[in-house]
Amino acid sequence: MDIPVDQLLIQTINGIVTGMILALVASGLTLIFGIMDVVNFAHGELFMLGAYVGVLTLAATGNFWIALIVATLVIAVLGAAIYLTTLRPLIGRDPLTTILATFGMSLVLQNYALWQFGPVARKIEEPITGHFQLFYLDYPYYRLAIAGLAAAIIGVLWLFLKYGTYGIWIRATTQDRVMAQAMGIPVPWVLTAVFAIGSGMAAASGVLFGPLVGVNSQMGTSWVLRAFIVVVVGGMGSLSGSIAAAIFISLLEAYASLWVSPAQAVIVSFVVLILTLLFRPTGLFVPTPK
Amino acid sequence: MSEQRFFVYWTGFAVILALLIAAPLVLPEFWQRFLTEILIWGLLAMSSDILIGYTGMVSFGHSAFFGLGMYGAAAALLTTSPPNLWLALLYGLLLAAATAAFVAYFSTRLRDIYFAITTLIFSQIFYVIIFTSTALTGGENGVNFRRPAFAIPHLFAIRFTPSVLHWFVLAIVALSYLLLRRITQSPFGMVLQSIRENEPRTRAIGYPVERYKIVAVMLSGIFAGLSGVLYALQNQFAAPDFVFFVVSGEVVIYNVIGGIGTLVGPIVGAAFFLLLREAFSRFFTEYYLIPLGLIFIAIVIFLPRGLLGFARRWLNR
Repeated sequence: MDIPVDQLLIQTINGIVTGMILALVASGLTLIFGIMDVVNFAHGELFMLGAYVGVLTLAATGNFWIALIVATLVIAVLGAAIYLTTLRPLIGRDPLTTILATFGMSLVLQNYALWQFGPVARKIEEPITGHFQLFYLDYPYYRLAIAGLAAAIIGVLWLFLKYGTYGIWIRATTQDRVMAQAMGIPVPWVLTAVFAIGSGMAAASGVLFGPLVGVNSQMGTSWVLRAFIVVVVGGMGSLSGSIAAAIFISLLEAYASLWVSPAQAVIVSFVVLILTLLFRPTGLFVPTPK
Repeated sequence: MSEQRFFVYWTGFAVILALLIAAPLVLPEFWQRFLTEILIWGLLAMSSDILIGYTGMVSFGHSAFFGLGMYGAAAALLTTSPPNLWLALLYGLLLAAATAAFVAYFSTRLRDIYFAITTLIFSQIFYVIIFTSTALTGGENGVNFRRPAFAIPHLFAIRFTPSVLHWFVLAIVALSYLLLRRITQSPFGMVLQSIRENEPRTRAIGYPVERYKIVAVMLSGIFAGLSGVLYALQNQFAAPDFVFFVVSGEVVIYNVIGGIGTLVGPIVGAAFFLLLREAFSRFFTEYYLIPLGLIFIAIVIFLPRGLLGFARRWLNR
């Protein structure tokens, strides 16, 4: 089959842009998953609610950047509240119970959004409206800006985890919870903060992604599934692995949609996940464990 | 089993069975359908209890087996004329068994959360395939078909009135329960429970754990497919919505609410969930999942053994 180079290039850029948003969603999830053993099914709903808070703040203030920050903070607080009420009582029980509790929470949040905001999709205006010529397409600058912003947020998170005092607390908690507690790190609060940070990152990606498609109550479901795939393929709890996996999978899906419909292209990422679990269950993008 | 317990257990079973048999004679049309539906969802939940409660593997992909059973029945009912009940059962079970064998082969190599995620992803693969092959499955709209007659060749044939359908479903669910109960008490069932309690030790004793797990998933998948066939008969349509992973999630909810590892618990859980849904949807219309989700979370936190969890040991002896 003849592959047109221009389409391939466009799909490469598309894949990287979606990949960066996916990486942002997934890095919040991998933080929660890797550090707390919590499989957060409600992550997609936090993404969706973040987008809605963005819509409301944008309507009130008219400024996209304020909306982005407000949505992040509001959902971070909501995430902390969810953690304290539903997940903290489950500490020490089978990790599978966290799937159940967060699944229940995702049903509640999704239906709450439907009830509060109705079934009609809302629109977020793009803050950057320019276009540039990419072969035969008018490619919006905003898409590139998303990729850059997502990379910036992830970079800040990485720096924070690497050099910030609290970041070091978080990494210490990941390595050995009991020892961290013994060294005087307030582990329960670290866990709450991690959940809040992960939730805030989901909300930020929701607001950034909002202008590309409408905001509706169902939008979280497909993202949380893809984010799970990314987290597992990238290697549980590995931030850099998640980012690599997000871009890898988005590129694969983008190329696959040259031949099949986008709905069917999703199967590619499913197959990647299953192959990963069968042949390299520790993750594709992490060093081989000794 | 002591003499007295034996007596109490079977008396209880007979009384509940008699009540369920008599129900269509006294209940109005709506509640009759409702009861049949509870039995069908209960069978699906019971099938998944084999994995969750007895083998210790949480499947988030039961919608695939359920949905494939449904589409198998649809295929039989649409291609034969006049539609044949037994062929629908055969096709549905075969398709569900094939799906279960495929899923089991890959997913049983993984444990805990990874097993749950893998089964979920497999069910999504089937969802996408069914959703997008519009020519074969009707895509998003699904397929409609006529209900076959309840016939045994050369003996008799009667139309499926709601009451007859209820009794048919009841018979299948009751037989499935007795069969599954027998299986869980058999040496095979004991091995499954020992996998749940301590997998490495079971392997060390010399049991081929992987093979047992594959058989468990297939057993569970076949009964899930059976409930799919029954659902297709009841509602005369098959739709991709039933393959979506949210259905699997609800099945897990039934199990947790009712009490895992009891077989009857999941049926009670399904009844409890569906009744509450009915009650809440009068007040909250389509947003009934808000209060229901909160109740579910409360049960996970405060009642981890479910409504019937206290009777778990008693029911299994």
